[in-house]
Amino acid sequence: MSALQLEVVTPDKTIVSTPVVMAVCPGVDGEFGVLKDHISLLSALKIGALRYRTESNEEKYVFISGGFADVNNNVLTVLAESAEDAKDIDAARAEAAKRRAEERLASNSESVDRTRAEAALSRAITRLSLVRAH
Amino acid sequence: MPSLKDVKMKITGVGKTKQITKAMNMVASAKLRGAQARIEKFRPYAQKYREVLTSLASKVEGSSHPLLEVHPEKKACAIILVTSDRGLCGGFNAAIIDKAVKLAKSKTEAGMQVKFACVGRKGRDAVRRLPSIEMMTSYADRMGSLDFALASSVAQECISGYENGELDEVYLVYGEFVSMAQQPPRVIQLLPFEAPAAEAAEDADANKGPTCDYLYEPSEDKLLGTILPTYIKVQAYRGMLDTSASENAARMTAMDNATRNCNDLIKSLTLLYNKTRQASITSELIDIVGGAEALNG
Repeated sequence: MSALQLEVVTPDKTIVSTPVVMAVCPGVDGEFGVLKDHISLLSALKIGALRYRTESNEEKYVFISGGFADVNNNVLTVLAESAEDAKDIDAARAEAAKRRAEERLASNSESVDRTRAEAALSRAITRLSLVRAH
Repeated sequence: MPSLKDVKMKITGVGKTKQITKAMNMVASAKLRGAQARIEKFRPYAQKYREVLTSLASKVEGSSHPLLEVHPEKKACAIILVTSDRGLCGGFNAAIIDKAVKLAKSKTEAGMQVKFACVGRKGRDAVRRLPSIEMMTSYADRMGSLDFALASSVAQECISGYENGELDEVYLVYGEFVSMAQQPPRVIQLLPFEAPAAEAAEDADANKGPTCDYLYEPSEDKLLGTILPTYIKVQAYRGMLDTSASENAARMTAMDNATRNCNDLIKSLTLLYNKTRQASITSELIDIVGGAEALNG
C-alpha cells in the first residue's frame, strides 16, 4: 500500500505534490493530523502552517492562507488561495505587510475594512513566525 | 496610369505593414502559449473545487445559504464583462460586448437595473458609451498580469452586493477558449448559484473506486458558506484566463489573415508596377522609333 499523497494546490500552481508519512493541517476547529488510511474528510483551514513529514523523515512547513483540506483514498488535497514553502517566504514583504495592516487597524477610521486588515495582519504574522522558526 | 514612383512607394508601405502583422502574430502566439500554460496550472485547482462542491451540494439539499437563495423580486443585476485590453484581434471583443449588451437590454426590458463590472479596456470603453448604465468597477490593463486577487476582488463585490440585497442576479460574460479557431462569447450565471451538473461528480466517483461517507469539519452548512464564495471567484478567474487565451488566439488568426492579405496586395501591386514600367518603356520606344523614321524619311 502506497503512502499518503500530499497535494497543495493554489490557483497559480501546485506547490507540493509528494508522498508523506504524516501531515498536520491548521483546521478552523484546531489542528488535525492526517496519517495513512485516514477516513474521508473535508475541513476548512484557517491561516497557518501546514506541517508534514516526508518519507525520508524530514520535517517541512508550508504557509497556508486558509482554504480547504480534502482527504480521500490516501490523497490529502489542500486547496488554498495562496500558499508557499517556508523557505520561499519573503520576510521583508511580510514585515511590510504587517506594518501596513497594523497602521490600518490603528487608524480606526471608517474607511478601513477591519476584517480584511485583521486577516492581512494574521497572514503576515504567521509568515514571519514561520521564517523565524526555520 | 499611376506613376512608377507611386506604385513603388505603395509596395514598400504594404511590405512594412506585413512586417508588423507578422511580428504581432508571433508575439500573440508566444503569449497564447503563456496563457494556455496558466490555464493548465489552474485546472487542478478548479477541478478539485468542482468535485468538492458537487459532493457537498448534494449533502445540503435545501440549505438556506444567502448565495443559494433566489431573490423573489428581481430589481438589479450585475454583469461582469471580461474583454481584452487591446484591439486588432478580429471580431473577438465586438462579439463579447455585443452579447453583454444584448443581455443588458433584455434585463432592462424585464424592469431590472443593470450594473457592469468590467475587466479589460475594450469592454470598459464600450460600456462607458452606453447611456444610463452604471459602472460598478472597471479594471484596464490587467489582462497581461492576471492573478487570483483580481478575480477575487471583482467577485467579492458582486457577492457582497448579492448578500445585502442590492443585486438579484450576477452574470459573467467572457470569451471561452474552445480551440485555436473558435472563441465564442459565453454567458454564465454566477448568482443565484446553481450546483454544477451532477454527472461530473459521478464520473469522478467512478474513477476513484468505492468511497465512504465524508466527515465534515465544521458542519456541512458552514463549509458550504465558505466554499461557495470562493467557487464564484474560481469561476471568475477561469473566465479571465479563458478570455486572455482566446484574445491571443483571435489575434493570431487575425494577424495571419492580415499577413496573407499583404502578400496578395504586394503581388498585385508588383504586377501593376511591371505593367506600368513596360508601358512607359513601350511609349519611349515608340517615340524613339518615330523620331528615327522622321529623320530617315
